[in-house]
Amino acid sequence: MTAPPKITVRGLTVRYGTTVALEDVSLDVPAGRVTALIGPSGCGKSTFLRCLNRMNDTIPGVRITGDVRLDGEPIYAPHVDPVALRRRVGMVFQKSNPFPKSIFDNVAFGPRVHGLRDRVRLHEVVERSLRQAALWDEVADRLDRPALDLSGGQQQRLCIARALAVEPEVLLMDEPASALDPIATAKIEELIHELTVRYTIVIVTHNMQQAARVSDITAYFYLGRLIECGPTERVFTNPERPETEDYITGRFG
Amino acid sequence: MPQHTDRTYEQALDRLRTSVLEMGGLVEEQIAHAVRALVERDSALAHAVVTRDHTVNRLDVEIDDLCIKLLALHQPAGRDLRLITTALKITTDLERIGDLAAHIAERALELAAEPALKPYIDIPRMADLTRDMVHRSLDAFVREDSELAVAVCAADDGVDKLHEQVFRELLSYMVEDPHTISRAMRLLFVSKALERIGDHATNLAEMVIFMVKGRQVRHLDRLPREL
Amino acid sequence: MTTRTRRRVVERTMFALTGAATAVTLGILFFLLGYVAWQGAAAVSLDFFTHLPAPVGERGGGMANALVGSAKLLALAAAMGIPIGFLGGVYLAEYGGRLAWLVRYAADALNGVPSIVVGITVYALVVVPMGHFSTLAGGIALGLMTIPVTLRTTEEFLRLVPADLRDGALALGAPRWVTIVRVVIPAGARGIAAGILLALARVAGETAPLLFTAFSNRYWSPGVRQPTASLPVMIFTYAIAPYDDWHRQAWAAALVLLAVVLGANLLARAALGRGRPA
Repeated sequence: MTAPPKITVRGLTVRYGTTVALEDVSLDVPAGRVTALIGPSGCGKSTFLRCLNRMNDTIPGVRITGDVRLDGEPIYAPHVDPVALRRRVGMVFQKSNPFPKSIFDNVAFGPRVHGLRDRVRLHEVVERSLRQAALWDEVADRLDRPALDLSGGQQQRLCIARALAVEPEVLLMDEPASALDPIATAKIEELIHELTVRYTIVIVTHNMQQAARVSDITAYFYLGRLIECGPTERVFTNPERPETEDYITGRFG
Repeated sequence: MPQHTDRTYEQALDRLRTSVLEMGGLVEEQIAHAVRALVERDSALAHAVVTRDHTVNRLDVEIDDLCIKLLALHQPAGRDLRLITTALKITTDLERIGDLAAHIAERALELAAEPALKPYIDIPRMADLTRDMVHRSLDAFVREDSELAVAVCAADDGVDKLHEQVFRELLSYMVEDPHTISRAMRLLFVSKALERIGDHATNLAEMVIFMVKGRQVRHLDRLPREL
Repeated sequence: MTTRTRRRVVERTMFALTGAATAVTLGILFFLLGYVAWQGAAAVSLDFFTHLPAPVGERGGGMANALVGSAKLLALAAAMGIPIGFLGGVYLAEYGGRLAWLVRYAADALNGVPSIVVGITVYALVVVPMGHFSTLAGGIALGLMTIPVTLRTTEEFLRLVPADLRDGALALGAPRWVTIVRVVIPAGARGIAAGILLALARVAGETAPLLFTAFSNRYWSPGVRQPTASLPVMIFTYAIAPYDDWHRQAWAAALVLLAVVLGANLLARAALGRGRPA
């Protein structure tokens, strides 16, 4: 039984000015699984990630060509509202970026923007999201305190809760644990495992071992191109392309 | 293929290959000496083989430790991972071969105490064949040559056939004259040991094929046509 | 002398020089504050805050009308300057665009215009058509001077808000303007408030523009269409007059003005210090 891929990308090319950040990338993101994007700095993996929720639109001078579809519907079509898209495809950033508001207001921000006003429902949503992000037990008694008072790892989980509060279908994570210590990292990885039950996750990481631990599918990018994409187990034990082999074995040339 | 960016890692992997070769070379010698001790009825040589088995065992442990260290510290992936896990398993088979050679030496000691039963023809041939198999397997390991390894797997048939022959011959001796039974049985053990050495050498080759190709071919009745 | 000794001499000299300069600066500031306080404290009284000025030559009286007048002028300046400056700053920071450099340049230029020039401009544009001086004209003049500082401060503090906060809001599916109103501006609010306070504190003490616009008034000035007394103008008028009593009242006015400005500065500093620009 194979479900259709959640996101399909064909021939995606991204240019800023004269720089080609991504060239002719084609890839399928399976539903309900974790897909990891690995590769050296500047290889285009973050650019690719940001194409999936049209965050690259905010960069001046960007030109994006190719076909990106969510559940079969193209997301770059002229009639598509990027704001609505971002409700379905959420994002968590490398450096946690909680708003300088209370914990409650942070998590409730998304639902409020989308029109939810009922206090009771908001509380439910906030609690559910914080539980999903494995943060509820730690903050349930201080939802009104500033979010910036939390530790780094807690702030990142708060950002995850905030992203989950709008109930997206896909969660994009750009190096979510790179700024965290090993314990906080382990908690985030555990969280990712739990989230795959309900969400499709795409994670960018420069830490190969993290990609190996956490993902079902791994895609290796290099200099703006997709070199190889396949089941994580195979990519890490017997990759098809020599470039992939060189990268994962530490032969950086 | 480019070198590892981490030079100490590259050197450690080289050391691993060298150690495996060293152990293999030692084990080949053990086979040769054990059978020579049998044929030439040389008790001193037989004793030496038995003692030397300790060195084989020591190398086994050293290589294991090196592999574990590499796994823990470097999180190897791809071909490096396959190299290290193959090395771990190869040494197990090599250590078994070493034990078998020591057993052959012990039988040689026992047989030297009694008159020779018959001229030894097939058994030395088996020894040569199996030594060659071990040698070529390790060659294939170092050169990462899967074709060489495939050839080794094919050679095991020859060893098995020789063992059959020895068995039938010794059986006829035993049927004819019951006084020969104890000597014949000991020779049978030797032949059996050599046959098992051949099997272990085949394992070595199969593991080298996995290391190079990334596909498991162990425990298959026949090697797949396409590798 | 050896290198080590020479180095030590140079270091000590530099330390002494910079220390002396700091001491002089602080000394001047404290002297000024102290002198004004000393002179003004004697004259400050309940009368000062509650009575109108006495007729020329008579002792006594106060500056109640000037206090109220200054307050009204500031209120008008704020009403005009803050919305324009703030929204302009938001535009510059968030929407940028090809004309941004022009807007910024114009704001900086306006900031550099001498206050007296602002005064006579408003005189020509407001006072003359109206036919008389008025609080409104004074408020407009001060408002014009509030705009550039407010605009630039707003822009600066909004720019200080890290891009990843905006990204975070956008990624949650917030439209651009919602992001600005509900995330960026609140994040920069403390700094912007401090900037506005400082801008108002500055114009509170401007004298020259008021000379042609609000002019002055010996009595209360109801509404905004009449000339009004203000603290700076009163200081000017009283200080150059030949009456000792008026001199003392001028000092009192100076003290009050200084207290207001200092107070605003301290408030602004507190607002900036406690909060984080997100």
